Amino acid sequence: MLSIDLKQIGIIAGKEFWDRIRNRWVLAVAIVFTVFALVIAYFGSAQQGAVGFRSIDVTIASLVSLVIYLIPLIALILGFDAIVGERERGSLDLLLTLPITRKELILGKYTGLAAALAFSTIAGFGAVGLILSPQLDLNALFHYAGFMGSAILLGFAFLSLAVMLSVFAADRTRASGLAIAMWFFFVLVFDLLILGALVVTAGDYGGDIFPYLLLANPADVFRVLNVFSLDEVRTLYGLATVFPEALSNPVTLGGVMLAWIVGPLAVAIWRFER
Amino acid sequence: MASNIVEARGVTKDFGTVQAVKGVDLSIAPGELFGLIGHNGAGKSTLFKMMLGLIPLTAGEIRLDGDLVNGPRFRETRRKIGYLPENVVLYDNLTGLETLHFFADLKAVARSECAALLDKVGLANAASRRVKEYSKGMRQRLGFAQALLGTPRLLFLDEPTTGLDPGAIRDFYRILRELKGEGVTMVLTSHILAEIQERVDRLSIMEDGRIRATGTVQQLREGMNLPLTLEIAGGAGLREQVSRVLEGLAIESIEEAGNTLHIRLPRDAKMPALTRLATLGEAMRDLHVREPSLEDVFFGYRN
Repeated sequence: MLSIDLKQIGIIAGKEFWDRIRNRWVLAVAIVFTVFALVIAYFGSAQQGAVGFRSIDVTIASLVSLVIYLIPLIALILGFDAIVGERERGSLDLLLTLPITRKELILGKYTGLAAALAFSTIAGFGAVGLILSPQLDLNALFHYAGFMGSAILLGFAFLSLAVMLSVFAADRTRASGLAIAMWFFFVLVFDLLILGALVVTAGDYGGDIFPYLLLANPADVFRVLNVFSLDEVRTLYGLATVFPEALSNPVTLGGVMLAWIVGPLAVAIWRFER
Repeated sequence: MASNIVEARGVTKDFGTVQAVKGVDLSIAPGELFGLIGHNGAGKSTLFKMMLGLIPLTAGEIRLDGDLVNGPRFRETRRKIGYLPENVVLYDNLTGLETLHFFADLKAVARSECAALLDKVGLANAASRRVKEYSKGMRQRLGFAQALLGTPRLLFLDEPTTGLDPGAIRDFYRILRELKGEGVTMVLTSHILAEIQERVDRLSIMEDGRIRATGTVQQLREGMNLPLTLEIAGGAGLREQVSRVLEGLAIESIEEAGNTLHIRLPRDAKMPALTRLATLGEAMRDLHVREPSLEDVFFGYRN
């Protein structure tokens, strides 16, 4: 078995990261995050007839809704052609004749793209955090940092899924189609399916496992992770009574999110090495 | 005796039910400029990719400089080789110099080599331009510079002159001659047979997944026993005179084009024919013996 050379991973990762800096991808995504987050922070309570920053709990609850749509989409767009794009352009063969293993290539690509995504997330939401900081106490800042951290993990999970489908897809067109389908499934369809199943069964059959089914969707893991860390929002969502205790543990949820990052990436490496 | 730098034994590749390469044996000596030719689908690209370690073998083994191509010493093996693909696709957003830096880092080669290599392939003035601004020929030259990083012992060149203008092709083969002088082994494929027939030391002709013949161009010609062509220039009545003196020899055909006769005859009839033609004296203004081209040899082996 061939050992892993971290230097090779670093070279590939560095190129991927600087490519995104250079073509202003990181800047564009950071600006999108900043603008959306600012709008939500100041106008998120407009439905209740109030404008302006209210509380960090309400702001984070609104941002969670935004991030669940936006970050998976951005991560899938970022990673869907990581491998299939190189293969289709013809540059993959050249890379694979170099002293680099397929595993190192995937890990390098993933690390570089993940760094770009994390950098834009930190820059985008961090800027808003700075703007809001005069109105936040230490506890609120801690919650906001937790929200940013979980948003980064959500991005990593969907990036991992994107890289996996990039290895399996025969061409870029199919990869982009699969990426869109994946986004629809996890962000829009999955919850509807669970809700539909609950309504159809009237909660009579297997009602206890439904909360756990949320773990099968990284977007839901992210939602639960943030909602359960905020008392005000937890009550607002009415989740305190329906969720099992085990699911409200951030460490458990963080572990599930890590599994969503490592799992698809491991499958991608396995397939790419075959 | 120096061991072969490329040693392929019983190499077979199946794609499902299709056998693309069928038990190929191939040996290439250090310092050789070796050609691999065949029509599309003959299996040469598959064999090429297996030699580069890009696709696994179904059976057999390939050793480069004594080591299995994807064996435990694969990093050392890869550092000894350079590869120029047919369609060089590099990274549009990098400059020429940055591109070489990227590949130099992956090959663990000092970045200081890069500028000299760009100069060698004639891209010194374009070093700071982005690759997206490069013409196809410039990309090909940049790809060649990339292949030369780390002074490889073995170069794989896949249709290397695609997109190059005549001047660049001449420069390309000049560099190959220099590399050959330095002991670098080169394996190249090309569809432009006229271009490589005077340049390769030996070549293999692939057909239907097998190597049909291997040798120097002259050995392959002799192996096929293809007819020669004598081209004779002269004045009026030359055809009648030539037909008369060659009477009784196994001439295949005589064709006239302007003042020149093209006489096809078996190889073993060459010397008797030349002896008799010498008797024509000044009726014959010029005579040229044309050997079968590599293209003739190639199609000879296919038919």
